[in-house]
Amino acid sequence: MIGSVIDGLKHSFSHIVCVDDGSTDDSAAVAQASGATVVIHPINLGQGASLQTGFEFALSDPDMTEVVTFDADGQHQVVDAMDMVAKLRDSDLDIVIGSRFLDERTSMGKAKRLVLRAAAAYTRATTGMALTDAHNGLRAIDRDLVSHISLEQNRMAHASELIDQVSASRARWAEFPTHIVYTEYSKKKGQSLLNAVNILVEIVFR
Amino acid sequence: MTIVFQILAAVVILIAGYFMLRGGGARHQAMQRILLLLFMVAAASSVFLPQLWTYAANMVGVGRGTDLLLYITVLVFLGFVATSYRRSRRTENDITELARKVALLTAHAPDQETTEGKEVR
Repeated sequence: MIGSVIDGLKHSFSHIVCVDDGSTDDSAAVAQASGATVVIHPINLGQGASLQTGFEFALSDPDMTEVVTFDADGQHQVVDAMDMVAKLRDSDLDIVIGSRFLDERTSMGKAKRLVLRAAAAYTRATTGMALTDAHNGLRAIDRDLVSHISLEQNRMAHASELIDQVSASRARWAEFPTHIVYTEYSKKKGQSLLNAVNILVEIVFR
Repeated sequence: MTIVFQILAAVVILIAGYFMLRGGGARHQAMQRILLLLFMVAAASSVFLPQLWTYAANMVGVGRGTDLLLYITVLVFLGFVATSYRRSRRTENDITELARKVALLTAHAPDQETTEGKEVR
């Protein structure tokens, strides 16, 4: 799976960084063979920690201008990522955040929709950012903003934490309609709805 | 008369919460150890002097001494859960930083050159 995701990306993006969060299979080697720079966590740390590692690695390249966060399970579309970077540059924004709720393309279960809507409402209430989808993994972020992000929520609450920090740094932001394809693979790898409970606990007891 | 004990329990929880939120440090640790010592003395004394505990329990409006000790145990346990949660979060942050440093130092460049101008790290 990871190989085909990187294959799809490398025609449009010249630098692909893949963070391997302690996987036990050959994912890291496959990613490396497909043309990604692989950064390997010696132990499993979580998705938030992986994002932060990716950010810090990207910042080590002085020529890097913007970062796109892209899930490795194939649920994101390369064309969406490119359009988001274009929008970031054209509108002189700091961050473009993907949203599943700006159009009708993404199909998902009722329960998942409800939980994501509630999470977005919570984010709107706490940050004042009028987001429709606070937990979308597809984002395009300008270098300057990347350098101001410091995620400490290793596990689940990192998406909310990232939005908090975007809001705190008064970044110029926009949402972008993205099409998320829930394949059998991404469903298997994705998080259970019960994880909403974990996210709440991690937000309350920081 | 149970209202007396409820107020007492609320005060204890508030104090514990204050110490937890105010963060660690040597003073915090010392307070924790004093409280633990007091709790050990209390638990031990209840075996030898149960009538003293019943007397204390009646003072604050709880029926029996063992009940009072049970309530205190619950409070101490909650405090323990909270402090160990905090401690493990701190340890986790340290480990994360360490692991990230290792990961960044040992990053692997891709096997093949995909585009021109690709840096080899």
